[in-house]
Amino acid sequence: MATKKNIPVVEWDYAPSLEGTSHIQLKKQYDLFIDGKWVKPSSGKYFQTINPANEEVLSEVAYGNENDVDLAVKAARKAYAEVWSVMPAAERAKYIYRIARLMQERARELAVIETLDAGKTIRESRDIDVPLACNHFFYYAGWADKLEYAFPNRKVESIGVAGQIIPWNFPLLMAAWKIAPALAAGNTVVLKPAETTPLTALKLAEIIEASGLPAGVVNIVTGFGDTGAAIVNHTDVDKIAFTGSTNVGKIIQKAVAGKGKKLTLELGGKSANIIFDDAPIDQAVEGIINGIFFNQGHVCCAGSRLFVQENVADKVIAKLKDRLNSLYLGNPLDKNTDIGAINSKEQLETINKYIKIGKQEGAEMYQPTCSIPKKGFYCPPTLFTNVAQSNVIAQEEIFGPVLTIQTFRTVDEVIQKANNTPFGLAAGVWTDKGSRIFNLTTKLRAGVIWANTYNKFDPTSPFGGYKESGFGREGGLHGLSSYVKLV
Amino acid sequence: MERLEVLKTYKIYIGGQFPRTESGRYYTPVNKAGKALGNICLSSRKDARNAVSAARKAFGGWSERAAFNRGQILYRIAEMLEGRRSQFIEELILQGSTKKAAEEEVNLAIDRIVYYAGWCDKYQAIVSSVNPVASSHFNFSVAEPMGVVGVIAPENSSLIGLVSLVLPAICGGNTVVVLAAEHLPLCAVTFAEVVNSSDVPGGVINILTGSNKEMNPTLSTHMDVNAIVYGGNDAVALKELQENAVLNVKRVFAYSNNWAKSDAQGLHFVSDLQEIKTTWHPIENIGGATSSY
Repeated sequence: MATKKNIPVVEWDYAPSLEGTSHIQLKKQYDLFIDGKWVKPSSGKYFQTINPANEEVLSEVAYGNENDVDLAVKAARKAYAEVWSVMPAAERAKYIYRIARLMQERARELAVIETLDAGKTIRESRDIDVPLACNHFFYYAGWADKLEYAFPNRKVESIGVAGQIIPWNFPLLMAAWKIAPALAAGNTVVLKPAETTPLTALKLAEIIEASGLPAGVVNIVTGFGDTGAAIVNHTDVDKIAFTGSTNVGKIIQKAVAGKGKKLTLELGGKSANIIFDDAPIDQAVEGIINGIFFNQGHVCCAGSRLFVQENVADKVIAKLKDRLNSLYLGNPLDKNTDIGAINSKEQLETINKYIKIGKQEGAEMYQPTCSIPKKGFYCPPTLFTNVAQSNVIAQEEIFGPVLTIQTFRTVDEVIQKANNTPFGLAAGVWTDKGSRIFNLTTKLRAGVIWANTYNKFDPTSPFGGYKESGFGREGGLHGLSSYVKLV
Repeated sequence: MERLEVLKTYKIYIGGQFPRTESGRYYTPVNKAGKALGNICLSSRKDARNAVSAARKAFGGWSERAAFNRGQILYRIAEMLEGRRSQFIEELILQGSTKKAAEEEVNLAIDRIVYYAGWCDKYQAIVSSVNPVASSHFNFSVAEPMGVVGVIAPENSSLIGLVSLVLPAICGGNTVVVLAAEHLPLCAVTFAEVVNSSDVPGGVINILTGSNKEMNPTLSTHMDVNAIVYGGNDAVALKELQENAVLNVKRVFAYSNNWAKSDAQGLHFVSDLQEIKTTWHPIENIGGATSSY
C-alpha cells in the first residue's frame, strides 16, 4: 500500500478494504454475440484480456474478423427489417426498460468486472460508470414512443443498422451511450468494444440475451482495430458512431466520405480548467483533482490544462501538491483507492513518453512520493509547472494523470489561451462571480462547460465536442438526433 | 445618338469590400444563346484565404450580436433586395430564365430572407434545453454557431440557391464564405451589393466567383473553416469535400433540395449549423428550506 513519506506529522495508512470478487461470473472464454447466439469466431482466434492492476489474465475473448462482422451486420439488418423497425414504439421502449432493470440488478457484478478489466477504481465503477450506464438505458427507453416531440415539424424515421465502436476508458458506460439511443430510435446495432476492455460489453450481451430482446437487434463483436474497420467499411451499415482518439476518428471520417453513411464522432480533448482568484480555492482544488485524476486521466474531457490566475497561483499549486500527497494509488478493488491502474502497458508507455517530453521541454515536474505496486501498470499523479502554451504536453492529449499548469492575468487572456487548441470538448470555470461564469461559458469554444464543478455526466445532459473533438451529441434530447433520419 | 450603356464590372466581395481577384484572372461564362455574361473574377486560393480571414474576424462580433438585431439586419437585406428587384430579374433573364421564372425566383428569395430574419430570435428557444440531471446541478444546453462556414452554392441557380444556403447560416450567427454558381454568377455579385448596403457587417458574408474545381479543395482543406455546406449534386465533388474535411474534422452538410419550392426552408437549415453547448453549475443545497416553502 502507498505510504506518504513526506507528510511530516503522522505516518499512517488505511486498512485495506477490498471489494469481493466471489460473486462475479466470468467464463474462461467468450465468443461473439451475433443474432442472439454465442458464435465462435470464423478465424478460430481468441485474445486474452488482462487485469491491468496485476497483469493476470481474466479471460479469453473472440477475435472477430470481416466474416464475423458481415454475419453480425446481416443479423442486424434482418432484425431491423423484420422486427425492430416495425415493432410498436412503446414495445421497443419496454425492452429497453427491461435491459436497464436487469443491469441494475447485476450492478455490483458489472462494477467489479469493470474494475478488474479496466483498472479503474471500484468506487468509480460502482458509483459512476455502472449507475450512469443503467440510467442511460432507462432514460432513452422512454424516448422510443415520443420521438416526434423531439423534432418539431419533422417526420422521424430510424436509420437502419448502426455500427458502433467504443473506447476502453468507460467500457460499459460507452456501450450504454451508444446502444440505448440507437435502440430507442428504432435502429439495430453492431458494437465493437475496445480490445483491452471487452468484458462488461459481453456481460451486457448476456443481460440482453436474458432480457429476451429479439435476436440480432444488438450484436457484440469483439476484436481489434481491423474488426472496427470491417464495421466502418461494411456497405450495409447505415450509421457509424465512434468514440476514441482524434487520429482514429479522422481515419473513420475519411473512410466514410462519399458513402452516404451518417457519422457521429466523439474524439479527443485538451480541456482547460480555469481558476479565478475569487474562486472558493479548496473546492477548486478538489475540482482540479477530479478534473484530471478521475479515472487516471483516461477521460476525453479531462481538465488537463489548468489555468490559474496569477495572484493565487502559488497558493493553488501548494494546495494541489498537498492534495496529491494524500491521494491513494494502488489496487483498484480497494475502496480507499483514488488512483487505479493505467488501462494498458501501451497506454502507460504513451504517458511516460509525454512525461519525458515535458521534462525535456523544460517544464518542472512534480509527483508525490508514493509506492507503486510491483505488478500492473501505474502512473503517479503528475503536475507540470512552468509550462508554455507551445509545449507538446500543453497541446496534445496525453490521456493519463498528467496536468499542465499555466497562469493568466486577465479574462481575455485566459479565454484566448483556453480556446487556442484544435480541440473543443470541455472546459471548467471556477469563480464566485455569476456574470463572469456566463461570460466564459459563452466564449469558451467547447461542448461542455462545467462551472464550479467538473466531470459530471448525466443521461439527460448532451455531451460532445466542437472542432476536432468531433461532432454529434450523446445524451439528452440532442443525443437522439444522432440516431434518426428526419424527413 | 443612342446613349452608350455603362457595363458593370463584376467583382468579388471580401470583408465588406469589392476587390477584383488578386490573381488578375477572369472567366467569361456564356448563356444558352451564346452571349457572354461578363468577365467574372476567377478567384484564387489567396482570395479564398482572405475571405476566410475576413469571416473569422467578423465571427465574434456577429455571433455575439443580439438575436433581435441580427433579425433586423436580415430583414434589411430583404428590403434592399426588394428595391433592386428589376436588376435581379434582368440578370436572371440574361442567364437563361424566362421572365415569369425570374420574377418568381426573386420574389421567393425576398420572402425567404424575411422567413430567416424571423428565425433569428426564435430558434434558440426551440433547440435549447434545460436538462433535469439527477445530481444537484442546474444544467442547460444552448445552440451556438459553428463559426466560419464555407458555402458552395448550387450550380443550377443564380440567386435562390445561394440565398437558401447563406441565410440560415448567418441567421444562426455564423459567418460565411460563399462560392457562387460557376456558370450563373451574376446574381451572387449583385447580391453582395445588396448585402453591402444592408447593415450586414463586413466579413459576415463573403462572396467569391470562380471555379468549383479550384475553390472546393481550398475551402474544404482550410483549417479555419468549421463547416462546409454543399448545394451541388455531384457525388464525386461531395466525396472530395468530405475527405478534405477530415483535416480539421469539419462538418459537411449536403443539401439537394429544389430551392425553387416555397417549402424548401426550415428550422433545421439553421440548427444543422449550430453546436450544442451544455453548461453545468451546482445548486446550493445547504439551507433549511425544503419543498414546504
